[in-house]
Amino acid sequence: MSDARDVGGPAQPLLIARDLAKHFQVRGGGRSAHVRAVDGVSFTLFKGETLGIVGESGCGKSTLARLLLHLVQRDAGELIFDGEPVGAPHGITVAGLRRHVQMVFQDSYSSLNPRMPVQDSVAFGPFVHGRSKPDARRVARDMLVKVGLNPDLFGPRYPHELSGGQKQRVNIARALAIEPRMVILDEAVSALDKSVEAQVLNLLRALKQQFNLTYLFISHDLNVVRYVSDRVLVMYLGRVVELGPSEAIFTRPQHPYTRALLGSRPSMDPRHRIEEPPITGDPPSPIDPPSGCRFHTRCPFAEAVCAERAPELGEWRERASHVAACHMLEPGSGHSRTVQ
Amino acid sequence: MSQTATLPIAGLNDDAPPALRVRGYWANVGHRLRHDPVTLCFAAVVLLIVLMAIFAPLLAPFDPYKESVVLRLKPFGYRGHTLGTDELGRDLLSRLIYGARSSLLMGLVPVCIATALGGTLGVIGGFAGRRVNAIIMRTMDVFYAFPSVLLAVAISGAMGGGMANGMAALALVFIPAMCRVAETATAQVRSLDFIEAARATGAGRLAIVRYHVLGNVLGPVFIYASSLVSVSILLASGLSFLGLGVKPPTPDWGLMLSTLRQSIYIVPLSCALPGAAIFVTSICFNLVSDGIRSAMDVRL
Amino acid sequence: MTALVEVSDLSVRFVTREATVHAVNGVSFSVRPGEVLCILGESGSGKSVTLRAMMRLLPPRRTRIDGTIRIDGQDVLALDKRRLRELRGGLVSMIFQEPMTALDPVYTIGTQITETVMRHKGNGRSAARARALELLELVKIPEAERRLANYPHELSGGLRQRAMIAMALSCGPRLLLADEPTTALDATVQIQVLILLRRLQRELGMGTIFVTHDLGVASEIADRIAVMYAGRIVEEGPVADVLRAPMHPYTQGLLASTVHGQSRDGEIEAIPGSPPDMRRLPSGCAFAPRCIHAQPACRTTMPEPRWPSPDRMARCVRIDDAALVAAE
Repeated sequence: MSDARDVGGPAQPLLIARDLAKHFQVRGGGRSAHVRAVDGVSFTLFKGETLGIVGESGCGKSTLARLLLHLVQRDAGELIFDGEPVGAPHGITVAGLRRHVQMVFQDSYSSLNPRMPVQDSVAFGPFVHGRSKPDARRVARDMLVKVGLNPDLFGPRYPHELSGGQKQRVNIARALAIEPRMVILDEAVSALDKSVEAQVLNLLRALKQQFNLTYLFISHDLNVVRYVSDRVLVMYLGRVVELGPSEAIFTRPQHPYTRALLGSRPSMDPRHRIEEPPITGDPPSPIDPPSGCRFHTRCPFAEAVCAERAPELGEWRERASHVAACHMLEPGSGHSRTVQ
Repeated sequence: MSQTATLPIAGLNDDAPPALRVRGYWANVGHRLRHDPVTLCFAAVVLLIVLMAIFAPLLAPFDPYKESVVLRLKPFGYRGHTLGTDELGRDLLSRLIYGARSSLLMGLVPVCIATALGGTLGVIGGFAGRRVNAIIMRTMDVFYAFPSVLLAVAISGAMGGGMANGMAALALVFIPAMCRVAETATAQVRSLDFIEAARATGAGRLAIVRYHVLGNVLGPVFIYASSLVSVSILLASGLSFLGLGVKPPTPDWGLMLSTLRQSIYIVPLSCALPGAAIFVTSICFNLVSDGIRSAMDVRL
Repeated sequence: MTALVEVSDLSVRFVTREATVHAVNGVSFSVRPGEVLCILGESGSGKSVTLRAMMRLLPPRRTRIDGTIRIDGQDVLALDKRRLRELRGGLVSMIFQEPMTALDPVYTIGTQITETVMRHKGNGRSAARARALELLELVKIPEAERRLANYPHELSGGLRQRAMIAMALSCGPRLLLADEPTTALDATVQIQVLILLRRLQRELGMGTIFVTHDLGVASEIADRIAVMYAGRIVEEGPVADVLRAPMHPYTQGLLASTVHGQSRDGEIEAIPGSPPDMRRLPSGCAFAPRCIHAQPACRTTMPEPRWPSPDRMARCVRIDDAALVAAE
């Protein structure tokens, strides 16, 4: 399996994010406040894997996706794509990055131009990257076949003439048309009906093998993330709270938030219903988030230290590392429940 | 294994609604317009007026400029003058027919200029950064602060009368509104995911505007422009009436209204004619514009 | 026990200049007092339309409704405007996916609930105000007293949903219609609202019709479940039985394609194809084009409801076969 585009070799992670941060300024009520949408997020994405990102609304997962594609300018931090820093003098340019990384959005309808036949939407990428119009059109038709749509039947149609699942297939074709190495799937199956969701998940799985892709799979549906991901990253209010191999996260969650999130999944068994909610209250607003550990306002184990100091996300060494940011896991943190 | 191979193919047979006719957006609009008898009727009237203006020399029974001291203010049907004569003895019917020319020009030209300039500014304002947007839109707001009639009168008063100046004045009046419409439409389109997706593909701003923004902005801009035509005709007549638009002796409905006004007690019916022409023309344009608006409101 | 709700042969069509959408096609079900019926279906299956028809919330000019809807003995489709107003918000209440559609943004939560109580119960203002506070406490809104003075936009998503539930409960309805009330909520909030609704429903003894697309949600709250496909109920039964042993191929497919602990090594068993166009439904079983068990008979006529056991129904030609085999 050799790929001419593979610069750094198989051991080089495809993407390294270091301390990414994005703060939006919002004005309201006469004072300005900062939304700490993404606040010091680091992770490593290996070639050929699927990294799942989970979290509730306001946790910054969508902003993170846009930071990775430079659709939103980062305020701080560093991005390294296949060994080359993005936007640095000796590294890869933003345009170069976008040649290799593509994105599929949640809203399958608004992510297609309503006034353009879908085959032209798919052809737009190759066209922008220098293919002639007929050539780009040919690529688009090939791509439509690959995502399971008959190009003669569906190519000339407009988005409103397709069902949700068909539109999302077109979006996938659009993302893959410029042969990226990595695809960010931002809630790409969340809006679909379950029966269609399964079809698209299977399709994504087949395409990943066929095109040797790396996925960043963002979703709020934990069951889907578990099925899709090799590793999982859990976010809460702009920070990483837990990161580790999928099985470890789902069978041995370490952070109280991850446990609450997993425990909030409906049981699927009417005889064993959930009687007590794992945690109470809503996620706080990312505008002026809580001090210290951001979860301390809802955490059943919160102590004084949690409000004072933000816990470190353990030491991440290699692919199989399982780390979480909680004082209870940090020896000498001052939390009474700290494991020794 | 076999499932992996068959899955994408499963979608191939997924020929959802086969009878759903695949039509482009504009074809859809055309289809709706063809099935709207009211709009078609008024469009026919507009077409008649346009033809009348084009073929005025063939249609007019008399020279619209020929004055006659003895034929002043004659009633309908006097010596072959079907609609009588005006205060200088010129044939009214001929002047009405010729008057369509200036009215239509004054209706269409300022709107076209405003659509081109205002639309461009609006798209730039909507798509460029915050600072460019602020400069453009705040400038437009200054113009917006004046009532349109007052502004038109002030501008053409300052530039001096005449048809060209009148058109320029009207165009200036319409540009801010046009710009606002284009800017709003652009900003709306800009916030949609497909623009972000296009950016993610690595497309430059120009390509995005050309392929993804324009097509979506054109609709609302065109609808608004078509509704401005009738306003423009009315305003132009107003300018002429005040002596700021078309100069005598050019035949123009607004001007005719102004000069015939003094004779309202002698030939009341003749007096009403140019007004009626203005009314019919502007209302027809208005209704056609309404029809186009509802035809273009295809749910996408 | 007599049924609280009795819907029989309900069909709803939306007529426009271009086409007629057959949203609901002969739906019958009943709900006993204090029972939770979940209508489960995917988008376009007609589940929400059924619910809205029961409140007569559909635009009357473009909608054709046939069949009968009886709530507590009253024929809903025959009620005049005054009676209908009494029904809505009195006997029957409805909660929605998006609370902002039900709450008025320009009034405080307290004012809205107080007004509703005064209008329906004829209470004085101070009594109504006290009732409002009581309701907010009932739905577990923290610092209820302070929240009365809040506007809807000042509340978080979960609190807003609770406020809407409080308002729906203000007149002590005997029937609660819930249209995906937890779908837009975050996971940790969704389970809180579900548990709250389940508790309130039990304590107040309300009959409830709960529309959802989520099997997990249905398994948490339903007593019985009715699965809708293309405007028809294709399967109905006690929730545990339906989820454990689904009979209709669509329900089976839905269960198989809902990702829930499947092995990562294999594909998910997806239902092929996409749902039918509701403007041109096939003459036979609407699921036949996607069904792996489809027989020629499926494509000609819609199978009649079959009852393999007294409390279970499915509309599939294969069901009777199974029952016959079991009998022999």
